[in-house]
Amino acid sequence: MKISGSKIVMETLIEQGCDTIFGYPGGQVINLFDELYNYQDQIKHVLTAHEQGASHAADGYARATGKVGVVIATSGPGATNLVTGIATAHLDSVPMVAITGNVPCSLIGRDSFQEVDIVGVTMPITKHNFIVKDVTKLAETLREAFRIAKSGRPGPVLVDIPKDVQVAQCEYERGHVVEAYPKLAASEDKLLKAAEILKDAKKPYIYCGGGIIAGGATREIEALAEKLDAVIGSSMMGLSAISTDNPRFLGMQGMHGHYASSIAQDEADVIIVAGARFSDRATGKKERFAINSKIIHIDIDNSELQKNITVDLSIAGDVKNAVSRLTAMIDPKKNPEWMARAAELKEIEASTIKKSEALTPYNIIDIISSVTDPKTVIATDVGQHQMWTAQRYPFKSPRTFVSSGGLGTMGFGMGAAIGAQMGSGERTVLVTGDGSFGMNLNELATAVSFNVPMVVVIMNNGVLGMVRQWQTLFFNKHYSNTTLNRQTDFVKLAEAFGAKGVRVTTCDELKDAFAKAYKENGPVVIDCIVNPDEFVLPMLPPGGSIDDIITNVEVEA
Amino acid sequence: MEKFVIAILVSNVSGVLTRVSSMFTRRGFNIDSLAVGETESFDYSRITITFTGDRAEKKQLIRQLAKLYDVKEVEVLDKAESVSRELLLIKVENRPETRQDIMSAVEVFRCKIIDYSAVSLICEVTGESSKIQAFIELMKPYGIIEMCRTGMVALERGNNCLKSE
Repeated sequence: MKISGSKIVMETLIEQGCDTIFGYPGGQVINLFDELYNYQDQIKHVLTAHEQGASHAADGYARATGKVGVVIATSGPGATNLVTGIATAHLDSVPMVAITGNVPCSLIGRDSFQEVDIVGVTMPITKHNFIVKDVTKLAETLREAFRIAKSGRPGPVLVDIPKDVQVAQCEYERGHVVEAYPKLAASEDKLLKAAEILKDAKKPYIYCGGGIIAGGATREIEALAEKLDAVIGSSMMGLSAISTDNPRFLGMQGMHGHYASSIAQDEADVIIVAGARFSDRATGKKERFAINSKIIHIDIDNSELQKNITVDLSIAGDVKNAVSRLTAMIDPKKNPEWMARAAELKEIEASTIKKSEALTPYNIIDIISSVTDPKTVIATDVGQHQMWTAQRYPFKSPRTFVSSGGLGTMGFGMGAAIGAQMGSGERTVLVTGDGSFGMNLNELATAVSFNVPMVVVIMNNGVLGMVRQWQTLFFNKHYSNTTLNRQTDFVKLAEAFGAKGVRVTTCDELKDAFAKAYKENGPVVIDCIVNPDEFVLPMLPPGGSIDDIITNVEVEA
Repeated sequence: MEKFVIAILVSNVSGVLTRVSSMFTRRGFNIDSLAVGETESFDYSRITITFTGDRAEKKQLIRQLAKLYDVKEVEVLDKAESVSRELLLIKVENRPETRQDIMSAVEVFRCKIIDYSAVSLICEVTGESSKIQAFIELMKPYGIIEMCRTGMVALERGNNCLKSE
């Protein structure tokens, strides 16, 4: 039987196991939404306040579940509003399929109303993209989009569907969930070489990236660390891969990494980098990075090898498979001196953290984590609050940390937290700042419409704190455009949206407010008033190295 | 720094050249020449690029190319194991006092004159890039009016070939 392109989209989404999508209607997707009306018992559509929010929600959904996130938007502005969300997903290797409508094929290229070449626009920020001009190719193109999104190193794929293709009819046959392309397996030779290097390792350090989460390699990494008697660190994207309960785990390294983790990485004699790509935020000055150690780099994306950092041994392949085979090749080791050093570094680190009774960022995170459970998803926006969360929150299981790493997208959090909550079914906490929250707070409307059980904790310091921190340290305290001077009342704002809101200024107030908010069955905004001169420390200054680590800053008033 | 010739087999679909060339721009690779055209199969087009860089850049370029969905095969062609040609069309001033010199050059370079007018003549030159370059240098004093070159195309000798699956 012949069915329309719009119906083919619905059927293919269901066939690919998709039950929740995020989006916003518009002129060139009316047909898709008309068909969605007929499928509303099978596909839940989450209407957001803005297409950007929908794209971040699809992203958050994918990060929290590992499934492909799906977002739909109309042509022109609808499509361009997805761009930041798609780029965010691309930089953090998140599987996503973005479906956009477009003007009918006969009007393409004529600067028609709401026409934009979204395939051209998104070419550099997608794994691949398609425009479907023939309805008979629609189902197979969508299937291929899912396949590309979840294969190898995951990423976003955009499918642009002109209106006439949504209307046109053709035969359709229900297919199966597409399998990812076979994963690249590491070469035996290379793994043997790695085992050889590790034989003499007395100070091994395993550096985990987001690939450990994407590749489901948590246990393999832990087993390798056990056998090698190694310590483990991670990039920001790798956070939540290894539980903070694991005594070997020293936390995030890099620009705002844990002191112990960054120093141990520098002192290590062999670093195994797994599923990470040596972002400049993780390495600092490249010439000085890991000069004391041999580096073994394992990644599923061949093009990341030898790209940013020249390593001693690069291994292309699926990290789960590679690490478990490597573990089998090595003999168990004991490195008591290295473990003692790691313990010592942890102690030094603990001594640098100032204790306070005030509503400090760390106290806020501690209060949150005293109430949440190991499965709670913690989302963030971008800035100081993000780093404080990354440093301090005790992540216990993979996919519980949802944060924009590579692109550093302020405004990511609201959409992402909504998507993550809907995907995981877990209560979700968004830690944000007043700057980031201001970017996409319109999605509070979505959280209210769908009664999303989430707590939005705003670290409200009245400034754009991360940039202000740089201005304090490197720009002679010229606070150019970082003092917000707004009069926004977040409590009233929450109430205006139909959510609950509460303002706190002390730890006791927060304890009480958060415990209550966490039990609510809808969104609650907690406005935490914090000092604008709190610093994210330690810090490797931009372009600097581990030698320049800043652990203490005294600010004169 | 070395000069490399890279042969790429890509899907014959619209936008593929943009995907390949925009990757070069985005990643900061400097391409000396690029030629694209049909192949023996309707499903594929073939791109030949010449590129100057060090070995690390070459590796990175190949890996980035291979990562593009529409790119099916990528290979660096070994100079000794392949043949390469480029075509030049060059229009020079046709003056009585230089005409004979140009004619001699055309003969020595075994190229052709394909257009002749009172004021100009157009030569067609085929060969390796070095020959093309030498001919251009030779024509400079006679007054080059305009010129265009195709960029290099190349094939491996013997049975070796670039085939997808």
